[in-house]
Amino acid sequence: MQRNEPSNGMNGKSHPERSPVIRVERFSKNYYLGRTVVPALRGVNLDVQQGEFVALMGPSGSGKSTFMNLLGCLDRPTSGSYLLDGVPVSKMNSNQLADIRNQKIGFVFQSFNLLSWMTALDNVELPLVYSGVARAERRRRAAHALSMVGLKSRASHRPVELSGGQQQRVAIARALVTTPSLFLADEPTGNLDSQTSEQIITILQELNARGLTVVLVTHEPDIARHAHRQVRFRDGRIVEDIGAIPHEIVMTDVPRSRPAEKQVS
Amino acid sequence: MKIMRDERERTVQPLPPSSKPVAKRRPQQHRRAHGFQGMFQSTGSALQALRANLLRSLLTSLGIIIGVGAVIIMIAISEGNTSSINSRLSTLNPLQLTIRSGSTSTGGVRGGAGTLQSLTQADADALGQLQHVSAVSPTLNANGQIVYSNQNWSSSVQGVYPGYQQIGSWQLQEGNFFTQADEQSGTTVAVLGQTVVDNLFTPPGIDPIGQQIRIGTVTFTVVGTLASKGSTGFGSNADDIVYIPFSTAQQRLSGSQFVSSIVLTADNSGDVNSVQSAAQALLEQRHNISNPASDDFTIQNASQVLSTVQATAQSLTILLVGVAAVSLIVGGIGIMNIMLVSVTERTREIGIRIAIGARQRDVLAQFLIEAFVLSALGGIVGLIIGPIGAFAIAHANGYPLVIDPLSILIAFGVSALVGIVFGFYPAQRAARMNPIEALRTE
Repeated sequence: MQRNEPSNGMNGKSHPERSPVIRVERFSKNYYLGRTVVPALRGVNLDVQQGEFVALMGPSGSGKSTFMNLLGCLDRPTSGSYLLDGVPVSKMNSNQLADIRNQKIGFVFQSFNLLSWMTALDNVELPLVYSGVARAERRRRAAHALSMVGLKSRASHRPVELSGGQQQRVAIARALVTTPSLFLADEPTGNLDSQTSEQIITILQELNARGLTVVLVTHEPDIARHAHRQVRFRDGRIVEDIGAIPHEIVMTDVPRSRPAEKQVS
Repeated sequence: MKIMRDERERTVQPLPPSSKPVAKRRPQQHRRAHGFQGMFQSTGSALQALRANLLRSLLTSLGIIIGVGAVIIMIAISEGNTSSINSRLSTLNPLQLTIRSGSTSTGGVRGGAGTLQSLTQADADALGQLQHVSAVSPTLNANGQIVYSNQNWSSSVQGVYPGYQQIGSWQLQEGNFFTQADEQSGTTVAVLGQTVVDNLFTPPGIDPIGQQIRIGTVTFTVVGTLASKGSTGFGSNADDIVYIPFSTAQQRLSGSQFVSSIVLTADNSGDVNSVQSAAQALLEQRHNISNPASDDFTIQNASQVLSTVQATAQSLTILLVGVAAVSLIVGGIGIMNIMLVSVTERTREIGIRIAIGARQRDVLAQFLIEAFVLSALGGIVGLIIGPIGAFAIAHANGYPLVIDPLSILIAFGVSALVGIVFGFYPAQRAARMNPIEALRTE
């Protein structure tokens, strides 16, 4: 399948000692409801190499959204360690995490999460504002990011003047504008019809083909099918991991449950 | 997707691993170098947010507008008042001493000054013999209805010596003050204050000099009218007065042996105090009083009056400014209230901002600036409205318009400060939001 080719190609190019984009070890996360402890994650290990396209799947309550929030540095694990692009982020304070979110992570949400009173261009610019990029440079980079998702002509439109698919493309441009190491998408097609979903996935695939590491959460098998690797959650654990890139370091250092090595085709 | 392909060369190329850290480190430096950039942006988004809720912003600012306006108006009123009092007191003869009868004390109940009749014309004449006394006059008050033709007016009628013109610093508008001869023979002549003239001789155009007026049952001839001293504020009016010879008042209107007060002037300011103690000693001797504590009269000098009135004006100022300051604080609480609502309403926006990399400080700054802009805009409008209101009030009350630039500065500074102080708690609440929960809200 063509699906595995880019990542294999990537893998061939990268140095074997290079650390993965994501290295998560023994991640657990508990929520506290009064005095009851609700474990959302129970010891998750996961490595994601640069250039991978990973779909996180699982029923609701399986912990995939919690895991996504932890990957996105929106939350901190109860225990476990997280190396993002080689940087240990699990011990960082909130300001450092803000910088990590700003510079290393691009996050796309199910409900787009654009600021309604701002134009598409302003929305895309916003992360650069918090990086302290000068205005002219911001404009240039935001316009470029918009053109990458094919929305150059809609730069001055507000979200209400755009279709759902267009809004999600603006959100993708916003996630890309800081040239992040990791692109996270939490059910990016959940609010879109199947045709528009297909467009969004195609964009993600193209970005991935250019080397961007993409992790997305989805319920829909149709969407997950486009990813090279499917990771399935249940009850706070990874129960299935299909299509991971074989990697010496990964294999030796982090033992993982790999129930089925079959190809989905 | 066609566009994407066109752009392919310039977009996220599979970067060689070595170049990546460089690309990542650069924004970090930007972030430090352009601290003001974020501030600028925060101001922009604050203005956008305020414009989005224009009516609410206006209503919130209203508290500050009123507060700042009130501070300026209140300060202007009290300044105007003080300067009006000062100009009034400057027409008052600073060399003047006023002696009033002491208070009665009947079974422990003390009446006001003057309730005890103790001063006589003879006392006044004796005081006139003291050294450094340039003029003296007893006064006898006889309020009464003054009638001219078919007009009438109720005013204060005082019997005084001709020398009173000098003591009271009165200028004549027309005619003359009555003379020593009038005093000696008790002629029925009168000198009218401007207010009395205005109210009695209507329609204007009648020359009051030589006209016959009636006070009570006695007919008087008008020999002079006094130049106006202007309103004193506080409701009293120096121009609402009629002067007649003392002897005439005593014989024709009052019949009393006693006088209401004795006024005298020292011949220069250095002698006021020595004249005061000499007058006290003389009166004690004449009234057979050995203990000054049981004096049956009080002596008041003009400089005491001056300081009393100024102290009163001062406490009025404090009161007014205090009230205005309270309204500023109330305005601040309004801002805090609205900012809390705004933070709650915009939870999702805050979540988005935090998710894409806003630090706590960035969110704090955004909402602080919003509160600051809200109160500073209110302050600016207050700065416009305040002086207009002050002008209107000054105009209506005949005060001079006095606007202290310092009061404007203080009012604006305080309003800006109010925004920051009362905006801090809501802003902090926004900054400390949990992004996951914030993004979950609708």
